[in-house]
Amino acid sequence: MGFLWDNHTVILDAFGEGLILSGWAALFALVVGTLLAVMRVSPVPPLRWAGTAYVSVLRNTPLVLCFMVFTSAIPHLGFTAEPLTWAIWALSAYTAAFVCEAVRAGIKSVPRGQAEAARAIGMTFGQSMRLVILPQALRAAVPPLGNTMIAMWKNSTVAAGFGVAEGAGALHDLLNDHADKIWTLFIGIAVGYMVVVFAISAVFRLIERTWRYA
Amino acid sequence: MNDTDFLYDAPGPRTRRRILAASVLTGLALIASVVWIVLRLNDRGQFAAELWQPFRDPSVWTTILQGLGNTLKAAALAIVFAIALGALLAAGRLSDHKPVRWVANVVVEVFRAIPLLIMMIGLFAAFPESLGPLWSVVIALTVYNGSLLSEVFRAGVNGVPAGQREAAFALGLRKTQVMTLILLPQAIRTMLPVIISQCVVTLKDTALGRIVTYQELLLAGGTIEVTYQDYVPTTIVLAAIYVSLNMSVSGLAQLVQRWLSRPRKPVPAVAAESAA
Repeated sequence: MGFLWDNHTVILDAFGEGLILSGWAALFALVVGTLLAVMRVSPVPPLRWAGTAYVSVLRNTPLVLCFMVFTSAIPHLGFTAEPLTWAIWALSAYTAAFVCEAVRAGIKSVPRGQAEAARAIGMTFGQSMRLVILPQALRAAVPPLGNTMIAMWKNSTVAAGFGVAEGAGALHDLLNDHADKIWTLFIGIAVGYMVVVFAISAVFRLIERTWRYA
Repeated sequence: MNDTDFLYDAPGPRTRRRILAASVLTGLALIASVVWIVLRLNDRGQFAAELWQPFRDPSVWTTILQGLGNTLKAAALAIVFAIALGALLAAGRLSDHKPVRWVANVVVEVFRAIPLLIMMIGLFAAFPESLGPLWSVVIALTVYNGSLLSEVFRAGVNGVPAGQREAAFALGLRKTQVMTLILLPQAIRTMLPVIISQCVVTLKDTALGRIVTYQELLLAGGTIEVTYQDYVPTTIVLAAIYVSLNMSVSGLAQLVQRWLSRPRKPVPAVAAESAA
């Protein structure tokens, strides 16, 4: 414990960096993923194709490769940014595909009678989406979205290999200097990640509970 | 049209015209963005023959294929061990004995919550000599995927209708017989597609081995990039290999799913005759 306390600034800074990365990536992934889901259910074929193509490519790409695209390929096309910015791009682009699938499954889970009834009482497509379909779809999507966000937080460790000093990077660096403290460090940092995982899962359970009746 | 077409009515003539207009506009926008990307690549000289020259060199392909072989090796080992561990953990979680259930549940919860990469780095640092990169990757993947698969197995067994289990016990079968003769053969049908798509996840996750110096496909690609300074072409080649590999496995999962959910009963002979 003493060793962890001696290095607590390094470790806490690293977790702070990881949380900044995951926070921005969560925001972008949720927005882009929802847009992709809307594209995939829209009546316009090219939008559906584009959404489907994006999701099937990204879901079959390893996150490490996604990071390589943003940190070694794109900078050679004349774009420059900080490692953290590229990491946010890579993690958001990857997670958006999974958010899209969660939201789309939510839309599909709404009984078709709901949409038909909405049309039968004269609602337009926009009204039926906004007032009938999406409120039910998003409730159904909360638990899978929680799992997606937990996976994203754990995935943020990959950024350690691409110049972002977050938790896995701190573990790696501290191990270089203090190889004898391996178990203390490993357990300390693993527990840190688990605490955040349980916090995210608690938040999503809370959202699920409060949204149950509205 | 697609499985969400219940969201809108069958379009009338005016809506069809509007959809057509929107299709043309968005189609043009998509084509324009692809053209822009290609032009940008061209502007930066990424299609220059010198940059692609390394891919005419057999030794570059040897490196790539060795990397691919290592990726497949780690993934195959991890999948096999993970299925075994998952079955063991699932048996523990379905056990009649409370302490066994409790231990299995704690193991699963803990290993699901630790990031894979942390486990890999930890294993590699703790046992650099005895494990080496390959086994650090395989053990981390096994423990993680085994925990996930135990949940799949448990849900599969619990998903078999309760009457099956009750009928089996009523016939006087033992606990183990009920599981192996009645529940598992039925549960396999729902589990198989999930197990295959978990193979894709494992194939993708072997790429994390790059960070603990395991010579898998992406680390091999990384050395090529640095040697020949051809970052964009190498990334394109790596992406093509990885994405097509994973898409084939995903496609296999879908085929198996369709095969398992095919109609089980043959068409009655009477109906076939009257149709002819």
